[in-house]
Amino acid sequence: MAGFTSITAPAAPLPLANVDTDKILAGEHLKTISRSGLGAKLFSGLRYDEQGAERPDFILNRDPWRRAGILIALDNFGSGSSREHAPWALRDFGITCVIAPSFADIFHNNCFKNFILPIVLDRALVDQLLDDAADPSRCRMRVDLPTQTIARANGEIVDFEIDAQQKDALLNGIDEIGGSLAFLPQIERWERASQLIAPDIPLDVPSS
Amino acid sequence: MADAPRTIFQKIWDAHVVATLAGGNALLYIDRHLLNEVTSPQAFEGLRLAGRRVHRPGGTIAVADHNVPTENRHLPIADADSRIQVETLERNVAEFGIPYVPLRGRAQGIVHVIGPDLGLTLPGLTIVCGDSHTSTHGAFGALAFGIGTSEVEHVLATQTLIQKQARNMLVRVNGRLPAGITAKDLILAIIGRIGTAGATGYVIEYAGEGIEALDMAGRMTVCNMSIEAGARAGLIAPDDTTFAYLQGRPLVPAGEAFETAKASWRALRSDPGASYDKVIDIDATGIAPMVTWGTNPEAVVTIADRVPDPEAMPDSAAAGQARQMLKYMALEPGTPLAGLPIDVVFIGSCTNSRIEDLRAAAATIGDGHVASGVRALVVPGSGAIKAQAEAEGLDLIFKAAGFEWRDAGCSMCLGMNPDRLKPGERCASTSNRNFESRQGPGGRTHLMSPAMAAAAAVAGHIVDVRRFG
Ligand code: SF4
Repeated sequence: MAGFTSITAPAAPLPLANVDTDKILAGEHLKTISRSGLGAKLFSGLRYDEQGAERPDFILNRDPWRRAGILIALDNFGSGSSREHAPWALRDFGITCVIAPSFADIFHNNCFKNFILPIVLDRALVDQLLDDAADPSRCRMRVDLPTQTIARANGEIVDFEIDAQQKDALLNGIDEIGGSLAFLPQIERWERASQLIAPDIPLDVPSS
Repeated sequence: MADAPRTIFQKIWDAHVVATLAGGNALLYIDRHLLNEVTSPQAFEGLRLAGRRVHRPGGTIAVADHNVPTENRHLPIADADSRIQVETLERNVAEFGIPYVPLRGRAQGIVHVIGPDLGLTLPGLTIVCGDSHTSTHGAFGALAFGIGTSEVEHVLATQTLIQKQARNMLVRVNGRLPAGITAKDLILAIIGRIGTAGATGYVIEYAGEGIEALDMAGRMTVCNMSIEAGARAGLIAPDDTTFAYLQGRPLVPAGEAFETAKASWRALRSDPGASYDKVIDIDATGIAPMVTWGTNPEAVVTIADRVPDPEAMPDSAAAGQARQMLKYMALEPGTPLAGLPIDVVFIGSCTNSRIEDLRAAAATIGDGHVASGVRALVVPGSGAIKAQAEAEGLDLIFKAAGFEWRDAGCSMCLGMNPDRLKPGERCASTSNRNFESRQGPGGRTHLMSPAMAAAAAVAGHIVDVRRFG
């Protein structure tokens, strides 16, 4: 994983609102201690039947969307849990860009930590892209972060907005922890000044 | 500037900014970091790969809750993946010197229940956890929110987070809840009103007579479900109810230190004239018992209502979604919620597993018995709550009524342990999420209060607790 610059790939339409994190990656698949391997579990409830066989009508089980790199959905995508397993599953599947009219907060944030680009667009534009995505001959699009554009199959260009800071972090694959550790002297000064407020939790935790 | 009126959110925020960063971000100091077994392993792995240490081990506390079995605790965990997650947590906390609440100890429980239990949750603190229901701790006037695993790693390494300040919403609850109406009904009504994305990008402050009248358990229930309205966090200014709850808990300062702390906590309220980005007024006096009918928490109506008709919905997208939800829930439009037969009752989760919740459920049951064919579980939020309930004899009421009396954990709230709905089973649940398959693949969840769930267990169907018994 080293940032995000652009992607040219089929976009999969998922015209649903409130796609929650349980739907993206069900709780039963959270029992892992690794970040990888979750792609096969992505959208498992929609993708597989009770016997574990693929549902042929689900978009990610059909060509060319089996190789989708972009996902297009409706409002409040990623609501629910803070589980970063949801973006890990998307990335492991190969999806590194999600387009929707709005996202849930924590999910939106978690995307950036995993170099997945979440794009917020007006509903009318999302509908047009959904329409493109549903057609195998038009579903390939190019998302380019430096120019903040989406190139549709018909040649039309759609602009998108992104926070300058977040754009920079995505493009350069910034190590945030390293950046924050540069502030260690300030952090420690802050800690000395505020020791009384929340003292260290004892190793031997008492019970109530 | 220092004199400009500020909200409680602003005050806590200002007090924790270690450095101002580019792009409107702040490096925010985190006082308390809570860890669980599900969202932490990859964070420790990240630290190890980068050769980093934990900056302040005493600023973090760990407990296993999501995966743990709620019966036969003395045995090894049967599910291999669950066992590996718990063992990984134990190994990680030992390696990095982090305080840990042992699985087989009395303090173990759901992380958002034991924080307040132990007195880890204090007014004015910043509290984070790799779990969205961290918002629960806001009931004490703390700024508490859920984070992802990358941020867990960031807090472990630096005891800080890079954050952009959220907007601030005031939910003013006017008047008091009628008798028999609970905090759960209140928060479900609020979510029904503003929607599951109604507070996205906001920290909600709850205030007003209806909030002040709630006990701490009720306030935690309200703040807990803030995330279900999309909010980053929920906050309630601390008051005498808060201080009375805190006094004497193991990790709360005692004696003189408590009085000093209390004096400073009193300043943690929004100043008169402080401004909010959005204000919502709720009339508490009109709230009735609430029950969800769909697969997100905004799909909620009162117990007197019927399942809504998608055809009557003006918005076509909403109608489409409603149709899908009804299909999943196997419900027909126009069916009264009261009378809907249920298969399972779950009393538990970080929303409603505190002693007050168990008392309310037991009082509703009285000498009633779980209806035949219904499976009913009570899962206390912590070992300490379980012991307290047993000291009060509540366990005897539950057991005599045919409820299973379990050990503490998340249990059927998300079904990561063996406590799961079977496909098609309909559950009256006191938890917080009715998402598809949340409580087990194909399971159908109706969210409600502990008293309503207890009444449903005895009746065998959803029933208005006010007309029950
Ligand atoms: S009880 Fe449910 S909502 Fe609460 S922390 Fe556990 S799984 Fe999450």
